[in-house]
Amino acid sequence: MTDSPLAPSRPPPETRRNVRWWNAGWFDVLQFTVFVAALLGLAVSGAIGMGYNWQWYRVPEYLVRIVGGELLWGPLARGLLVTLELTGWSVLITLAIGLAAALLRLSDSLSGRFVAKAYVEAVRSTPLLIQVYLFYFVLGPILGLDRFWVGVLALSIFEGAFAGEVIRAGILSVRRGQWEAGASLGLSRRQLYRSVVLPQAVPLMLPPLTGIVISLIRNSAIVSVIAVFDLTTEARNIIAETFLSFEIWITVAVIYLAFTVALSIVAGRLEHHVRA
Amino acid sequence: MERLTPAEPLIELDGVSKWFGAFQVLRDVSLRVAEGERIVICGPSGSGKSTLIRCINRLEEHQEGRVVFAGRELGADTAGLTEVRREIGMVFQEFNLFPHLTVLENCMLGPVRVLGMSPADARERAMEFLGRVRIPEQAGKHPAQLSGGQQQRAAIARSLCMRPRVMLFDEPTSALDPVMIKEVLDVMNDLAESGMTMIVVTHEMGFARTVADRVAFMDEGSIVECLPPDRFFTSPADERTKRFLSQIL
Repeated sequence: MTDSPLAPSRPPPETRRNVRWWNAGWFDVLQFTVFVAALLGLAVSGAIGMGYNWQWYRVPEYLVRIVGGELLWGPLARGLLVTLELTGWSVLITLAIGLAAALLRLSDSLSGRFVAKAYVEAVRSTPLLIQVYLFYFVLGPILGLDRFWVGVLALSIFEGAFAGEVIRAGILSVRRGQWEAGASLGLSRRQLYRSVVLPQAVPLMLPPLTGIVISLIRNSAIVSVIAVFDLTTEARNIIAETFLSFEIWITVAVIYLAFTVALSIVAGRLEHHVRA
Repeated sequence: MERLTPAEPLIELDGVSKWFGAFQVLRDVSLRVAEGERIVICGPSGSGKSTLIRCINRLEEHQEGRVVFAGRELGADTAGLTEVRREIGMVFQEFNLFPHLTVLENCMLGPVRVLGMSPADARERAMEFLGRVRIPEQAGKHPAQLSGGQQQRAAIARSLCMRPRVMLFDEPTSALDPVMIKEVLDVMNDLAESGMTMIVVTHEMGFARTVADRVAFMDEGSIVECLPPDRFFTSPADERTKRFLSQIL
């Protein structure tokens, strides 16, 4: 592809010389540093103002401890593992539900379209917290699900509605002529989706689907209300015992942040790969 | 060369009517096309030419009348539809090549997925037809890297790889500049000489004159007349045909 006339070329040197000091890289970093310093200053001065007793040295033991030369995972690490497991299953089920909802809404079946539309509207118009309670107190006992799977299912059904809309929009963005060309070759609807439509639609869906996975990780915190021992629940328990609320919540926020940022980077690479 | 329409035509349209909402695009259209026959359909834009040939492979559904291909009537029952479509090649004004596949893969998709050919056999067949449309050297490129004329020839090769019994062309040269138009018309001439049954919607009257067995003129959803080219161009019966010809010749 190096000889492709469509390959983007580097800007010629004369335009690069036009860069002014206020949009140079180091100025960006400086702006960011000042911003973060101001935030930290605010938090520290606030804590001093309320006479908060910082005890950061106590935090690491909740992540990992070394007892007698052996590595023991602390409650935060175990909680993180549960959060990841919860998110992993939810991503798979979300994508399956999303694809099904999108295909139903695009199908010729009147009842299929109605069911898919009703599902999307119902889920998008009620708070996630209420849905989790509904699943826990109503559907859970009926279906005999434990808390973990109630959490997975509630999250998947919530995010599946958004994923369905993303997938539907991606499929609709493939031009009509592509469908017609495939159909006139004699491809069945299933083959059309597989060989013609989805390969063109998936690269367009990737950025918004990454957003959905990130919101899944964040929303997974809400399963702490049904006492699934995820990262957030473990944090609440530690704070109830130790009153280290500033340290633990900041630590937990950084852990969530680290995972979502890492995911964004991976998704960015993947997207680049799919487009190339 | 004038042919008599045989008792069993390959394609038969009988009293076909179609509406888009309240607007009637096709009015009681009848046309019989024999195997090996070459029909050119012309007429002003909006006269229903494209809609008519799109009814033949049911990209558009007709509401009244009958469309019969090789003895099989096309109707609401879609079970046999993909089987009919694989025998009808279609070439579009906008080419509609699959942008995520190379030219070769575009040509192999139908034979592999629909006809169940092995990739090796499909590749051999694709290269044969890419050679016939004179772009074998473009096989490994993606459609966006080709000129319009090359893209349209690739699209013709893609259809031919299905070994169709008839080829439908929906204004195949309307999106092209004059040099490219010639490239595509040359390929269509070759195809006609090979005996392919063809139905071509086009404004290229030179092509109609030399290649067509019959030329149909459509206006306001009806076939006004359908004559061999020598009579069509010299002594059309209808006033509207005369007016149209005086405008475009």
